[in-house]
Amino acid sequence: MTGQRARFRRRQTILRRVVVTVVLVFFFVPFYGMLDFTTKNLATGGRSLQTWKTLLDFGEIGSTYPDLKSGFIASVLLAILTPAIMLMLLVPTMTWVRLRLPGLSRTLEFICLLPLTVPAIVLVVGLTPIYAWVTYFFGGATVWLCFAYVILVLPYAYRALDTGLRAIDVRTLAEAARSLGAGWGTVMWRIILPNLRTAVLSASFLAVALTLGEFTIANLFSRTNLQVAMFLVGKSDAQISVAVAFLALVFAFVVLFAMSFVGSGKAGTSVFARLRRTKKETA
Amino acid sequence: MSEPTTTTTPAKTGQGVAVRLTDLRRTYSGVNALDGMSLDMAPGEFVALLGPSGCGKTTALRCLAGLEDPDSGTITVGGKDVTAIPTSKRDMGMVFQAYSLFPHMTARENVEFGLQLRRQKSDQRRRRAEEMLELVGLTQHIDKYAHQMSGGQQQRVALARALAIEPQVLLLDEPLSALDAKVRVQLRDEIRRIQLDVGTTTLFVTHDQEEALAIADRVGVMRAGQLQQIAAPEQLYSSPVNDFVADFVGVTNRLAGTASGGSASVLGGSVALLPGSAGPGPVVVLVRPEHVTVAREESGNGSVISASFLGAHGRVIAESDTGEQVTVQVSSAAVGEFAPGARVRLVATGEPALAVAG
Repeated sequence: MTGQRARFRRRQTILRRVVVTVVLVFFFVPFYGMLDFTTKNLATGGRSLQTWKTLLDFGEIGSTYPDLKSGFIASVLLAILTPAIMLMLLVPTMTWVRLRLPGLSRTLEFICLLPLTVPAIVLVVGLTPIYAWVTYFFGGATVWLCFAYVILVLPYAYRALDTGLRAIDVRTLAEAARSLGAGWGTVMWRIILPNLRTAVLSASFLAVALTLGEFTIANLFSRTNLQVAMFLVGKSDAQISVAVAFLALVFAFVVLFAMSFVGSGKAGTSVFARLRRTKKETA
Repeated sequence: MSEPTTTTTPAKTGQGVAVRLTDLRRTYSGVNALDGMSLDMAPGEFVALLGPSGCGKTTALRCLAGLEDPDSGTITVGGKDVTAIPTSKRDMGMVFQAYSLFPHMTARENVEFGLQLRRQKSDQRRRRAEEMLELVGLTQHIDKYAHQMSGGQQQRVALARALAIEPQVLLLDEPLSALDAKVRVQLRDEIRRIQLDVGTTTLFVTHDQEEALAIADRVGVMRAGQLQQIAAPEQLYSSPVNDFVADFVGVTNRLAGTASGGSASVLGGSVALLPGSAGPGPVVVLVRPEHVTVAREESGNGSVISASFLGAHGRVIAESDTGEQVTVQVSSAAVGEFAPGARVRLVATGEPALAVAG
């Protein structure tokens, strides 16, 4: 019996390792390919770090490839603005619907999931007249794509936030806070949001990932974000383009990892809470 | 609408304020949750609202808290009309049926929350929170989160949190219903002790009659959005105004009898009738199990169906020769005497009872 269990455990361990290895290979082979391509000397053969030297010369890269610089800045701003607007729009709305208008929850879900069924090209056609007004009021900067991106991330953000809201008794918590003298703003900021932390981070996580990787809408609207810039650079210098793609992947990975690290754990067990406690204990 | 029968409000003199609900009405999709409900509470009084599910007791409490808006009627607290004042400005402490501690805050932070909103200084807040948690016996759990505490402890913290803000009125919405029996009794007694200590006017909603009778100064029985009767527990039990109250509060035998001249003949004996009873003529008399005696007798007027031991006392269920089922309370030592099928004599002891039309 014990021997059988040991064999079963060994088999499980091997299976786990195989799965992890396959996944790592799946993710790292493209990385290897990118590194290999960007370190090739295409003229003479052999290896060269010229592409990376050019790319990491921050003073030069902006003037040599202006699209890259503006695309990178636009994408970073979009990765900040999109989740911010999405959260400001969705968290109060979903909380309010849950508290006061539960009959509307199906409608809200339908509206939020709708963008999932609309192809980006159709979305662009629909958004074109609206963006004429956006350009009229705010100008033609790439950063205003954040409005279109908010629509794009709605389905994913809705699902993440909905799961979070289902996990807590929003009504009782809100009513308890209000009976203690809290206004709606305090209820949202100090009670609902901290308890939705994981859901908010998941939604932001998805929004950031989607924003950093978005190409179609930006390209069709003739705006330059990082993906479009990479595409444009790729036409003249494929190696720089691939090197930028590599860095973009690493950047996205670092951002997402940092977000998940900060937001991990139960209420009161976040990195900051733990640090605070350790400080207190030391004192 | 029938007016509820009330007894004189006890004269309480604590820090509490008087509360008056006048002719409250609230309708949900055509159903009257409150149908002209009125209630007066004296300063410092502890009133329990009792009734079956859907009778409107929680709606009444939520209207008083400001969590529901009545369709009509007025609510005054300390003589001030608060009907249109939002919850956050009503200055009421509330303990909910569901666990309502903020999960991301420790017990101390939960208790401090209301004080923080009132802009109290940090050291004052800490002191007050410690006092309150000591009052509910949770000093050692001060830095624990909700998920690290039991249900009873969480409700204690919720009570401390509600009392910390020194509310004008304390509202308890079935705070014990999620707890197990033993903790429930313990916390129930603690709530009463604390309420007497602080003297806050308290409205307690429950569907558990034992709970209501055990801790309230007065108990109001509700049905279909109306207060049927509000009285001191012993009076509510001994002098119910109608068969609903008699049936809902305690166990009642419904025995056929004939009323005449302020009394009725029941089980071969005579029972004095309470004011408001039906009659003269055939009536149904509502007799409590402890107001009937049962004794073994071959030539008796009934036979035993079952006998059960309930700890402090026992219960015999018998069937009279006229076909009525009669529940009798006996001493726990006597339970063994009544085997199923044994012939017994059932006699009403003559305590005043209510008679309703037969």
